[in-house]
Amino acid sequence: MNHHGNADLEAPRRESRLAMARELLALLEAGDDEAADQQLVAMCGEMDSALFHEVGRLTRELHEAMNGFLLDDRVSEIALHEIPDAAERLRYVITTTEQAAHATLNAVERSLPLAEELRDGAEALGEAWDRFRGRRMTITDFKSMSQDISAFLDLARGHSSALQTQLSEVLMAQGYQDITGQIIKRVIELVEDVEKRLVNLVRITGDRYQRGGDHTDPSVLEGPVVPGVVSGNVVHGQDDVDDLLSSLGF
Amino acid sequence: MHTTSGLSITTNEREAPLDKNMKILIVDDFSTMRRIIKNLLRDLGFTNTHEADDGNTALPMLKGGGFDFLISDWNMPGMTGIDLLRAVRADPSLATMPVLLVTAESKREQIIEAVQAGVNGYVVKPFTAATLEEKINKIFSRVAA
Repeated sequence: MNHHGNADLEAPRRESRLAMARELLALLEAGDDEAADQQLVAMCGEMDSALFHEVGRLTRELHEAMNGFLLDDRVSEIALHEIPDAAERLRYVITTTEQAAHATLNAVERSLPLAEELRDGAEALGEAWDRFRGRRMTITDFKSMSQDISAFLDLARGHSSALQTQLSEVLMAQGYQDITGQIIKRVIELVEDVEKRLVNLVRITGDRYQRGGDHTDPSVLEGPVVPGVVSGNVVHGQDDVDDLLSSLGF
Repeated sequence: MHTTSGLSITTNEREAPLDKNMKILIVDDFSTMRRIIKNLLRDLGFTNTHEADDGNTALPMLKGGGFDFLISDWNMPGMTGIDLLRAVRADPSLATMPVLLVTAESKREQIIEAVQAGVNGYVVKPFTAATLEEKINKIFSRVAA
């Protein structure tokens, strides 16, 4: 495992082995076979114990790593509760933003005809008013215009206060940003927590997993482009689309 | 009166810029986006608009007849916009209908794929009212040409 530390560890071990080998040589040259045998057994034992020591260390490390990961309360908490909760929260974000969009659209759809009526009324009156200023109006038309003016003032009063109500609805509908912002922030924190733990797991298991590489499947729809998130060969805005289309003969 | 193909609109209305009565199908899985497009079209004078929430609901409506123009999203559950476009081009009674894709999908390969499938216009979300109007005008001036 740890190849960097070997040079330091090897030096004293090599010294002790050399010493043992010299002793063995001396015993053999002296013809003391019994002592030489004992010396050989001692040397093999030293080798075995180093191997057992290393295997033991690796086993202990693996055991601790597995226990550390499996017995981490946070991991089971995340898997059992927080991720399902996060999914539920994000679904709520979709519902809330959808409701806000519909509330805004409702107000806009109610406002547009009011604005249209105001414009039409002002246009009709403007026409009559021009005739009056140009002294091209009969007394009967003038009477009818004064009635129209009264009616228009009533209409303007009513419509502008109705428009005010609709604009307040639009204003209030924007409250979704605060709510969904807070919910999304919580989910981001969870994602970052999970990321940290996954990185740790990858670290524990060593470099067996190849990192990097382009894993994007061309057939998968990517949805909206998010600034800061690299999403491959994408166009940026309608002008880019138009350029591409015209290069294709459109 | 409505025609079943984009080409015959122009033979009926060669002088008029656009048939404001043409029957338009808006396909998007988000109801808010359908409402936005419907409102923009109404601003442009097109009031004969209908809605579907994916290709599977849109296709029978189109086959039912009378539609002059299809505006569709790409990414929808069920049948996607690109599959709907292919189904439209494969159906002899619908094959010439102008189709505008309005989508957040913005990979170059996808735009090329849409062109190869026979799309008439491609608008990326988010878009403006002016862009939508410009693309619709372009599609129908091209169909008329």
